[in-house]
Amino acid sequence: MVDHVLDRPLAEAKPVPATLGRWVQLRQAMAAYALCTPAVVLMIALLVGPILAVMALSLTDYQLGAKSLAFIGLENYVEMFGERVFWISLTNTMIYVALVVPGSVLLGLGVALLIEAGDSGKTFYRAVFFLPVMATLIAMAIVWEFMLHPQFGLVNLLLKLVGMTPQNWLTDGDLALYVLATIGIWQAVGFNMVLFLAGIVSIPRFLYDAAEMDGVPSAWERFRLVTWPMLGPVTLFVVVITSIRSFQVFDTVHVLTKGGPNKATEVLLYTMYAEGFEFFRSGYAAAITVVFLAFVLLLTVVKTQLIDKKVHYQ
Amino acid sequence: MAGIDIDGITKNFGRTEVLRRVDLDIRAGEFMTLVGPSGCGKSTLLRIVAGLELQSSGSVRIADTPVDSLRPRDRDLAMVFQSYALYPHLTVGENIAVPLRMRQLKGHQRWPYLGALMPGARDIERAIAAEVGSVADMLDIGHLLARKPGQLSGGQRQRVALGRAMVRHPKAFLMDEPLSNLDAKLRVHMRAEIAQLHRRLGTTFIYVTHDQSEAMTMSDRIAVMMDGAILQVAAPDTVYNDPTDIRVAEFIGSPKINVLPAMVRADGSLAVEDSIIAVEAGAAPGEPVTLAFRPEHALLADPEQAALRGRIAHVENLGSDILVHVRVGESGQPPLVVRTAPNGHRHEIGEKTGIDLSSRLPLLFGRDGKRIGVASARQREAAHG
Repeated sequence: MVDHVLDRPLAEAKPVPATLGRWVQLRQAMAAYALCTPAVVLMIALLVGPILAVMALSLTDYQLGAKSLAFIGLENYVEMFGERVFWISLTNTMIYVALVVPGSVLLGLGVALLIEAGDSGKTFYRAVFFLPVMATLIAMAIVWEFMLHPQFGLVNLLLKLVGMTPQNWLTDGDLALYVLATIGIWQAVGFNMVLFLAGIVSIPRFLYDAAEMDGVPSAWERFRLVTWPMLGPVTLFVVVITSIRSFQVFDTVHVLTKGGPNKATEVLLYTMYAEGFEFFRSGYAAAITVVFLAFVLLLTVVKTQLIDKKVHYQ
Repeated sequence: MAGIDIDGITKNFGRTEVLRRVDLDIRAGEFMTLVGPSGCGKSTLLRIVAGLELQSSGSVRIADTPVDSLRPRDRDLAMVFQSYALYPHLTVGENIAVPLRMRQLKGHQRWPYLGALMPGARDIERAIAAEVGSVADMLDIGHLLARKPGQLSGGQRQRVALGRAMVRHPKAFLMDEPLSNLDAKLRVHMRAEIAQLHRRLGTTFIYVTHDQSEAMTMSDRIAVMMDGAILQVAAPDTVYNDPTDIRVAEFIGSPKINVLPAMVRADGSLAVEDSIIAVEAGAAPGEPVTLAFRPEHALLADPEQAALRGRIAHVENLGSDILVHVRVGESGQPPLVVRTAPNGHRHEIGEKTGIDLSSRLPLLFGRDGKRIGVASARQREAAHG
């Protein structure tokens, strides 16, 4: 019997594994879906679900704690786009992002380059610049509040010492947003520096050797030929992350200015917070959140679609 | 084209001495290979010549000019790296153009976008493009100029790296294991191509490798390095047939040279295992020496008449040759290898065989590893007779 099977030509024996193969394939597919399920369920429950809920909420007149709610279509959005505060808030957010992103990215890169170029004290400088990232921003904001106090704040005392005019840093409508942006930069530089440091360390040494042999005349040319292009992916990541985090600015506003003076520091998330948790207009706050999410989504799309291809050199 | 004089170079990394007073004169237009096991300091020496590393003491002269205080850029050398070191964000053409653009264009002419508008920039760029084109054609990569390095095979990247080195017509080429990232077949091919390139350009080449077959096939002269020192500098033939040090003999040649401990007898002949080899060794009687012979300088022979006797432990058939591994004596020595032509005879494992060394004088090395003279016994008889 056994001999008989072995004697059979190979072609005849083939159909059996083929049907077997289909069964194995089906079982593998089922196993794959089964293994995916926990991740998919969690993702829907914790990420997709809440976003859909916010979107649905933004189409209602729901108020926090209310027993009932009614579908009102796009009324929240119409109201929002017609309201002056929303536009002030959006503009302020944009200005804040436009200051903090280039400021903290360039400073982060500069600090990283300086630390990497030095021979000693690397760990010390890394720790010092990373400190604001590790510290709780709310607590740090209170420290800033003391430092910026008009009468006995350290900043004004120093200004007086060198004979300059003290400023009402947080209560002057022309200054407050820029002060907040400066604090934002101060807080983000350390994080960006760490990312850039990792990027710089991973640039292969031999590229610098090659650049040296190829005759780069100056450190600036070496930076342009090797460092900057090789940091492309890191820079893109840093810019996107910093943008999203700047869009989320809230803690410093809440602690230092509460959106004032006269809406000069009103930003998107603060408006949302005020509408949702001070005036309990949850539906309206949800609409602002949707606008905020749209910006974040836009940034992410820009990152993945447009720039990823250009900085990975494939 | 220029000669390069390396004069008493030492290099320490902390307390480790990587190079110990290395002297080497490389003639203009010569293909000089630095060969040695990894960690022998050959790459460090090359990087010191390039200026990428600073020596602890000693001096390098290129075309009789000391270059110790010059940056790599001003030494007018080109280097090909083991990893090719191509700029991944630039196309092949841009990669090859880098050395020319860095030297010929002024700072403001290199500005992105705007640079091309600067006065004079366009003519220089055009000349550079022509130069890049002709180098690319020479290396047969003309059709790849618009690609990025990431889209090329290892062999193509290697050529781009060569092109980037050639484009500037430097005084000398430095190559740091340029073939070790290629597969075996391509390596053999590129070996021939680099040797041809050297003949065509006539420029000085310093080539670093750990692969003795690359050193043997390509070089005018080989410098064998070990433990931070050069042991022997000579033509491949001389290094192979006439090594001055046992370490050179063992490093050069594949399969490895056979070595056996021996004792010099009163009449100058050698006692090896349980037999006597009738030669006249240039060493004092009673001194332990090392006897060495290449696999092709021995013959399999009748065990009763041959100098050495043993049993066949392993047979490697290479097609053109057969390598027969013979275990001699009872000692724990590695088997001796004899290269024979396939003559229809089947060598059986365990078969008794003899090794005949009479076709050529064996090499003899003293206790310090240095070469000792040896003469054939017949000469001695003639001299005494």
